[in-house]
Amino acid sequence: MAFREYKVGARMFGLAFGSSMFITLYMPAVDIASVSATTSAMERQLAFGRVGGFSYADPFLRGHGKPVTVDIVQDPKTGAAIEPTRAYVYTPEIPFPNGVRHPRILGELPSELSVSKGRMTDADEVQGAVFVVRETTREGISVPYIENVTATRGWTPEATLARADDKNRAFIGKGKIMFVREGCWWCHTLLPEQTQDWQYFGAPPMLGDFNGESPTAFGSDRKGPDLTHVGSRNSSREWMMLHFFNPRLVQPHSIMPRYDYMWGDVDADGRPIDYDAWRAAYDEYEAGNTIYPPEVPVPAVDSEARALIDFVINLK
Amino acid sequence: MFKYLFAKNEDIPAGSAAVFFGFSSIVWFVVGTAMGSFNAAKLAFPDFVTGSEILSFGHMRQVHVLAVILGWISMAFAMAMMYITPALGNTKLWSEKLGVWNCFLWNVGLSLGLFLLWLGVTSGREYSDLPWPIDIVVIIGLLVPLGINVWMTIKTRRVQGIYTTNWFFAAATFMVIIVFTVGNAPEFFQLTGLTEAYLTWWFAHNVLGLWITPVAAAIAYYVVPKVTGNPLYSHRIGHLHFWSVVVFYSTPAAHHLMSAPLPEWLKSFASVEGVLILVPAIAFVSNLLLTMTGKWRMFVENIEIKFTITGVMMAIPLNMQGGFQQTRAINWYVHGTGWMVAHAHLALLGFSTFLEAAAVYYGLQTLLRRKLYSLGLANFHFWMLLIGFTTYWVSMTIAGLIQGAGKIYAVPYIDVVIAEHPYMIARWVGGTMVFLGNCVWLYNMWMTARAGTVIPAGRLPHELAYER
Repeated sequence: MAFREYKVGARMFGLAFGSSMFITLYMPAVDIASVSATTSAMERQLAFGRVGGFSYADPFLRGHGKPVTVDIVQDPKTGAAIEPTRAYVYTPEIPFPNGVRHPRILGELPSELSVSKGRMTDADEVQGAVFVVRETTREGISVPYIENVTATRGWTPEATLARADDKNRAFIGKGKIMFVREGCWWCHTLLPEQTQDWQYFGAPPMLGDFNGESPTAFGSDRKGPDLTHVGSRNSSREWMMLHFFNPRLVQPHSIMPRYDYMWGDVDADGRPIDYDAWRAAYDEYEAGNTIYPPEVPVPAVDSEARALIDFVINLK
Repeated sequence: MFKYLFAKNEDIPAGSAAVFFGFSSIVWFVVGTAMGSFNAAKLAFPDFVTGSEILSFGHMRQVHVLAVILGWISMAFAMAMMYITPALGNTKLWSEKLGVWNCFLWNVGLSLGLFLLWLGVTSGREYSDLPWPIDIVVIIGLLVPLGINVWMTIKTRRVQGIYTTNWFFAAATFMVIIVFTVGNAPEFFQLTGLTEAYLTWWFAHNVLGLWITPVAAAIAYYVVPKVTGNPLYSHRIGHLHFWSVVVFYSTPAAHHLMSAPLPEWLKSFASVEGVLILVPAIAFVSNLLLTMTGKWRMFVENIEIKFTITGVMMAIPLNMQGGFQQTRAINWYVHGTGWMVAHAHLALLGFSTFLEAAAVYYGLQTLLRRKLYSLGLANFHFWMLLIGFTTYWVSMTIAGLIQGAGKIYAVPYIDVVIAEHPYMIARWVGGTMVFLGNCVWLYNMWMTARAGTVIPAGRLPHELAYER
């Protein structure tokens, strides 16, 4: 039997599907790749570190292999007073973010400045490095770039960490991992909707705000408020602490789950946390038998809760 | 099943792979909807099962989604392909052994992937949540073997032409492999920023548009003519459907990110193409409903047609929503609200699930040569799915409109949460009905295999009377 071979159909299919892929993949990719990173994009990726999902450095998303963000007012090398500076400390073996490993994705001018002026490519993962985001003016326009202050000023990771006490350290990179792993973004978007939404949740992000960040975790299904600028609306660490431990403590109608398990075994003073006793006391309070709810333990420095609070507070 | 993994291809009874896929899909449907019901209970009652990382909403939501998409829907597709493709080619499945291995790898790979996902091992990308090593397992162990079996069965057919259903099967298995590979490129190659965000939604859109929608439609193209005995109303409209899926449905990915700072030309282009999705939708619905001419009593009397035509008719509201809710005029109001959750369930639990259920009902009876055990239980299953889904869809649509109104009037968010509470309870009730209906279905299908009336050679299942 002579079979029909569908030669025309097969070629038409290739043409149609190929054209579709060209328009929806190649053309947008070229367009997006031409965008220069903004200051926000550089701050975000330096704070978050390499990849915020599954990776070799952190296969079970425990927050390993992430940088520490510090706010300092003294030069770590000389001890002289400097303007308040936010530095991103990569101790040895912490993977660098994508913008540092592949300067091209920062865009033409920022990558050129980061390499020539900021000596970004001199940084070495094995020895660690400290980065800051700077701005300079080119042809009347402000251009951000990344400076490797370990190379330019001799700020070593240890010396920089030593200049910041606990209050001025933020585990934002680890917190982003918690945000992704715990699925916060299933209910809280990181992208205000168009038009009226901006009045309530603040300015929408710009074209170059995400270069180098992964995953972007915009979210699509909002069951709680947008968090793009939540740190500007509410900067109380104590409120965040109560809210994560049991949202009904500060907002009786909240449908957010309790994240008390992120506190781990001990609180900030090293005392063991007795969850059963806490829940029993809370049930008493909820039933109206006691006037005050039980005290919420302060999370330990290395706890997951502390990192998540650092991340959320810094969404400005 | 295990004894066939190392048997000779000739020794494996024809249809084994399809039967294994069919029962696996029902089990995954029960698992997936159980998780959906559990998650919905947490949204209605936030202190229901609390204080455990593993049982928290954020760890379980994506497991529900992928158990349903890759377990129920895609395994039901594989089942349909493994018995419809050879039937339409007047031949046997190209390799029954490959099919059995495919089913084995599918269950193992998916269980592993979902287990890791449940622990929190995620890529952090919606719909492509599985970490990239599991993505490779999905491509190599699940999708490519299925594609090879479908393409080779069509190539070794013993009829001259290829029927509409098999165009869709051959093209969709090819396209889903491309979509899965390209859509997960951000994980393979650490692509970042807007490229990552865009490819996430390029994947999510195309896995719907080039896999779930066309394959579900292809099932209807087979079941309706086969069971009613009417020829397909028009092959030309079938052509229009096929080509407009390839051209229009593969392009509007960016309309999922209308508020993201993507290039404006891309969003405008995606929005226009998104409206053109109505072309394949109208072609499909009109073609199938006109095929029913003169046989509409079967919509009431025949369980397979009841499922299929219900699914086809759900494509009408589905595509009217889908075509217009992504335009800028409407998108800003409903995006990110419960409206979208309702729409996604209309696509997966409404339109496509009813078509796949028909394929599994009809296919398992044909392959096992057993008449369905109980019509009463099947009708119970149908109404539990339909009423449960409708409850879910209506309540989430209302919740979405409340959220949209809260958005434009800048209502404090907590007031929106309070207003939505009754609808969250209704959604949980609806989802639980679907889950309970599926438990009954699993029992009914199991009893069909054990105790259904034997269908004599040369007879089709729907030609026999029910005994219960």
